[in-house]
Amino acid sequence: MTDLNQRVQSRLETPAEARNEHGHDLGGPAAAVEQIEGRKFNIDTVEHAAATPDTPLPWAELGLKEDEYNRVVEILGRRPTAAELAMYSVMWSEHCSYKSSKVHLRQFGEKVTEDMKKDMLVGIGENAGVTDLGDGWAVTFKVESHNHPSFVEPYQGAATGIGGIVRDIISMGARPVAVMDPLRFGAIDHPDTARLVHGIVSGIGGYGNCLGLPNIGGEVVFDSVYQGNPLVNALAVGVMRHEDIRLANASGAGNKVVLFGARTGGDGIGGASVLASESFDDSKPAKRPAVQVGDPFAEKVLIECCLELFKAAVVEGIQDLGAAGISCATSELASNGDGGMHIELTSVLLRDPTLTPGEILMSESQERMMAVVKPENVEAFEEILAKWNVEYSWLGEVTGTGRLIIDWDGETIVDVDPRTVAHEGPVYERPYHRPEWLDGVQADSFAGERPSSGEELKAAVLELMSSPNMCSKDWITNQYDRYVRGNTALAMPDDAGVVRVDEATGMGVALSTDCNGRYAYLDPYAGAQLALAESYRNVATAGAVPMAVTDCLNFGSPEDPEVMWQFAEAVRGLSDACMALGVPVTGGNVSLYNQTGGVAIHPTPVVGVLGKFDDVARRTPSGWREDGQAIYLLGTTRDELDGSEWANLRGHLGGRPPALDLAAEKLLGELLVNASRDGMVDAAHDLSEGGLAAALSEMALRFGVGARVGLDEMCERDGVDLFTALFSESQARAVVAVPRSEEVRFKDMCTARGFAHIRIGVVDAENQALDFQGHFSLPLAELKDAHEATLPKHFA
Amino acid sequence: MPRIIVDVMPKPEILDPQGKAIAGALQRLGQTGFSAVRQGKRFELTVEGEVTEEILEQARHAADTLLSNPVIEDVTRVEVVKDATIGVGE
Repeated sequence: MTDLNQRVQSRLETPAEARNEHGHDLGGPAAAVEQIEGRKFNIDTVEHAAATPDTPLPWAELGLKEDEYNRVVEILGRRPTAAELAMYSVMWSEHCSYKSSKVHLRQFGEKVTEDMKKDMLVGIGENAGVTDLGDGWAVTFKVESHNHPSFVEPYQGAATGIGGIVRDIISMGARPVAVMDPLRFGAIDHPDTARLVHGIVSGIGGYGNCLGLPNIGGEVVFDSVYQGNPLVNALAVGVMRHEDIRLANASGAGNKVVLFGARTGGDGIGGASVLASESFDDSKPAKRPAVQVGDPFAEKVLIECCLELFKAAVVEGIQDLGAAGISCATSELASNGDGGMHIELTSVLLRDPTLTPGEILMSESQERMMAVVKPENVEAFEEILAKWNVEYSWLGEVTGTGRLIIDWDGETIVDVDPRTVAHEGPVYERPYHRPEWLDGVQADSFAGERPSSGEELKAAVLELMSSPNMCSKDWITNQYDRYVRGNTALAMPDDAGVVRVDEATGMGVALSTDCNGRYAYLDPYAGAQLALAESYRNVATAGAVPMAVTDCLNFGSPEDPEVMWQFAEAVRGLSDACMALGVPVTGGNVSLYNQTGGVAIHPTPVVGVLGKFDDVARRTPSGWREDGQAIYLLGTTRDELDGSEWANLRGHLGGRPPALDLAAEKLLGELLVNASRDGMVDAAHDLSEGGLAAALSEMALRFGVGARVGLDEMCERDGVDLFTALFSESQARAVVAVPRSEEVRFKDMCTARGFAHIRIGVVDAENQALDFQGHFSLPLAELKDAHEATLPKHFA
Repeated sequence: MPRIIVDVMPKPEILDPQGKAIAGALQRLGQTGFSAVRQGKRFELTVEGEVTEEILEQARHAADTLLSNPVIEDVTRVEVVKDATIGVGE
């Protein structure tokens, strides 16, 4: 057995003996089922806890620190019951409480201008932010991580990552319309990488395709820093009418609380299994699996069912069940509403009747939702659930007491102020400091090989375009359905994914996610800003006006002051840049502890930008098609190879990332959007990883149309050699193809705005090559073969 | 020729969407005598000649490393079947 298998095994092993299951009313018509038979536990009631203050509890095993446990005791004025301990421990975990990141994340809410707020209908703090699109339409989107589960069980981990983010979108009242997946794997030739790539890609495809959602983009990066910590981030976007917006709060005393969707099972409890001791029952397995298995068909039904509930206006508040399951849903709904809720936990429909109350509270079984329904709407609610054959059970009601009370067979096992569970968890000002090694790294500028002859440069472009990070990702994206629902206007490999929202007017949205972890490693402040700049540029390149930002901040351990510094710098950088570009962060997610054996991943602040089209018919594709169109390069090129793909190919990582000019990024964005709107460009592609060499190669390969390119004039203007012109990763640049008839207008626009532009070539549909005149010619067939062979060679 | 039978079942705590779908279908077809369905899988490994302890050990190894996903599945049986008769496996 490999090391990895042992690691996974030792974490997850459950005894082989199968346990008997007693299903209840399986598959029958939806019905609220009372079931308490067969479940007799010695329940740790509130009364019992008060009477036995000295009973030792496994708080350390559940991940609580001693001072955190003491605070729980202080809040309650007694020791917590086993069920309360389960709730506090899971809700106060880093994942749910953001206890290390909170003090920094505040900047996203503070560095916001009035102008940035004008289209924001719902901001940070809800399940996902909501942005106004006009005409009564709104859009909600968010990116989240599912990194650790995907390492342990790649298929189900990645699949349930999609399921979770889609439920966030539904719970805002929106119909999910597309997903995207930014992925980071270890070295492409490491033996464990294939296991992860196969599992994760098929998991994403399996779940997303079954849901009928197009996967319109994302990223795939290979780097050995992610070997033991692959990053599986998932973004979902949904659309709704303004009146359909739903929030996660439980208001109105007397309103009913209902749990619906899949039954609650023992999956995803993992470490919480130490709570088995609460039952004083030795026959239970010692451990529960930490992973969950998803059922996309159940989720699809849940989507349609929820949308009908929204349409019928029979739910007051709604919350999806993700991390921390019922603990999270009850405490958040209660504390966001009037502050009180009283439920009976034995009413929860179970898949596994041996679950203890604590396990039921912590279970992360998938495809579940909790809602608050007015008594007069109960019947209508039940009718809709019966129509969709979705199981449900009424758990209790909203109260005005300010307490969250959970009973087990009539005996109180939880009596807490829900705010102390959901919102008033510990907040840490973790110490951080700039790593000493950073000066040495930043001083180590790229001094490696710089090809100069035509032959060498041709080989260099082929090497770049076949490298793991720059090669065609078709082998992966072809496993995803990109066009289902019929509203996809652009998808991979174009710069941004574009979906139509309003079929009458053609109004729609563009989305891109980006991050270069190497840049962030060299300078986390600049790296986070560069991630935003690239994502912003991609959306504008497609022709959309950037409007809102979501982020998934993947970092190592916050207990390492150097990692914490990287995190603090990245948040500061991203929030500053959002303000400079005028795009607000509407939601996101933090994933910490991405490290193995003391070595953290590169700081990886993945940034997603959403932009708006008045009509997606005006989108700009990333490849040229028309013979004779002029090719222009926008922006200026400097000698910026540090952190670049070329340096990466030569095994170098040092120096400083490319300089960032946010004013230039904003101006470039405006030019690209105007050019698209006024029909001045027929193709556009942003310059990022791999520089101009990658951009020209991708534009030619997009539709298999060649070009003649002359870079001498540009080299002279910018004072760089041909190699630098091709491989530098200077920012705020893009290549566009301009129809002959529009050339004068296009040039006038750039001149009027004072933005550097230079004609570097012409589309040539005849020669089937990228011809760098006077230097080398790259036949498209050769380029295509090199570009497309890499992933199949490793994984097919 | 003897065969080695390997049975694999989803772990009891883990959701089994296929089993759930079958249970639903049984109800719809009016076959209401079953309260739950869980679906596993069976492998038949054919052996040339006699099944030695070594070959059986190989089968157990294959069961643990390839035929099952130890994160979400259990190997519930590794057993030799000689032609039509049931042999003594484990």
